[in-house]
Amino acid sequence: MVEVQHVTKRYGSLTAVDDISFRVERGEILGFLGPNGAGKTTTMRILTGYLPATEGLARVAGFDVFEQSVEAKRRTGYLPETPPLYPEMTVIEYLRFVARINGVPASDRQTQIGLAMERTNVADMADRYCGTLSKGYRQRVGLAQAILHNPEVLILDEPTAGLDPRQIIETRKLIAELAGDHTIILSTHILPEVSQTCQRVIIINRGRVVAVDTPGNLTARLQGSQTLYLQVDTQGADPISSLEGVAGVVSVTVAAQQDGVAGYHVESGSGDDVRREVSRTIVANGWGLLELRPQQMSLEDVFLHLTTEDEAAGGSEAAEDATLDGPDEDAGETATEERTDG
Amino acid sequence: MGNIMALAQKELRAYFVSPIAYVVLGLFAVLFGVFYVASLNLMVQLSMGQFGAGGPQVVNINEFMIRPLFGNTSVVLLFMLPMLTMRSYAEEKRSGTMELLLTSPLTDLQIVMGKFLGAMALYALMLSLTLIHIGVLFWYGEPEWAPLLSGYLGLLLMGGSFISIGLAISSMTKNQIVAGVATFAVLLLFWVINWIGDASGTTTQAVLAYLSILEHFDDFSKGVIDTTHLTYYGSFITLGLFLTAKSMDSERWNG
Repeated sequence: MVEVQHVTKRYGSLTAVDDISFRVERGEILGFLGPNGAGKTTTMRILTGYLPATEGLARVAGFDVFEQSVEAKRRTGYLPETPPLYPEMTVIEYLRFVARINGVPASDRQTQIGLAMERTNVADMADRYCGTLSKGYRQRVGLAQAILHNPEVLILDEPTAGLDPRQIIETRKLIAELAGDHTIILSTHILPEVSQTCQRVIIINRGRVVAVDTPGNLTARLQGSQTLYLQVDTQGADPISSLEGVAGVVSVTVAAQQDGVAGYHVESGSGDDVRREVSRTIVANGWGLLELRPQQMSLEDVFLHLTTEDEAAGGSEAAEDATLDGPDEDAGETATEERTDG
Repeated sequence: MGNIMALAQKELRAYFVSPIAYVVLGLFAVLFGVFYVASLNLMVQLSMGQFGAGGPQVVNINEFMIRPLFGNTSVVLLFMLPMLTMRSYAEEKRSGTMELLLTSPLTDLQIVMGKFLGAMALYALMLSLTLIHIGVLFWYGEPEWAPLLSGYLGLLLMGGSFISIGLAISSMTKNQIVAGVATFAVLLLFWVINWIGDASGTTTQAVLAYLSILEHFDDFSKGVIDTTHLTYYGSFITLGLFLTAKSMDSERWNG
């Protein structure tokens, strides 16, 4: 349904998208994941015909987005990052306008608009001016605009941005409903969203595809090794060498340290359960074992792992900045934010 | 065609929900009224003078009133029409709605045509206000139809040229003020371009005179529809719209 082959986009010397290729099948929901500035929006803009690619080929529903752009655009619904609303139009007028420029025949217009408003829950705002709508409603009117002409392909740039939790759930439900007869590409930098809504994920960073897989496979892929989180009161001693002596342990790293109490990441080969041996070693040395828990790789870790691997340096230290409370999701989020600012 | 009309209607509507349409229509009516009274007074004085001298009592309304009135109107337009087009593209780029238009199944040319027709519709409305004044002349005098019609045709074509240049300039910038000022400057340049012709050689002078945008209007107000002038305004409008479409395309490539 959507086919992207070796697409590159350069702005002068800056390469925003670097040789990206992927395919999306009919009815599939593809998640586009990446820090801000990774090239998500640029790729989507190329797919919608808003920007031409510097190199490469993109097809939507079999039509080249550049050579046969009008045909391709007719089959694409697009919600840009900021919903493109005319503040001086009421919601219903706006949707009528969008229906007309998309060539929805006059006889179908009323029903199509009604359906789109109902699906996105904006019917009660029909006579309000777009300029006076709240962020959540703007987003939903933008979504209504995108699905209005019943396009085969929906491209949604951060569809849940600015919505409240209830609306986020509704929007995800709507996207899941639409997936049956539409092919959907959505971008986000909110990770749980991907695992909840998408069947396949593309992680891109600095304009390059880092990974393409199902959310499940992506997390599984990185679980070749297991990590334990330990918190130990060592009374000043250094337990690393003794921990590394335990059979099956591959590496031990300091995660956090404070007043003689330290947190460690103990990595072991898959299949080796080293918990018993590790705890025995600590107790045998007379240290206090304060905490021991296996660490689940979340999609967040996968994301961080893949995007930092890509950058080679930096980022991986972020986890070590964490406090003694442990390198839980907070650490992950801080690290993500740090990178997304860049 | 349907989607061009949808765009044109949207443009026209946008003028009326913002104060632009009311300010432009209102001030145009005031200015036209002032020029109308001034030319009327002039004509009345003229016919009084001729009466005293025992000459022909009826002064030609078309020649002595409507023609100078249309001439003045064209100057008013030079100031006012840039205000209609300055926001045309600038506003859409600022609010992000350009992204909606450019990802809809519309060609660049359809977008340009929609915007052009929208602005032309408001301009036609401006001109229609003056029909009241002209109608009064029919009540008290006997102006000729033909020069009036050709005069209005000339005004429409000249205004169309102003609008097409204004659109082209608006499509090149995100800033409304820049668009407005630049349009005004370019139009003024086309107005006075023949002034520098006097000192140059005859060929240069002829070329510059041909380029002058107001020069071509004079014949229309006299009642002459000359193909030279039709060609001039026709090519001017086409060039403006073509430039607009090209600038939209170039914007796309430059992101």
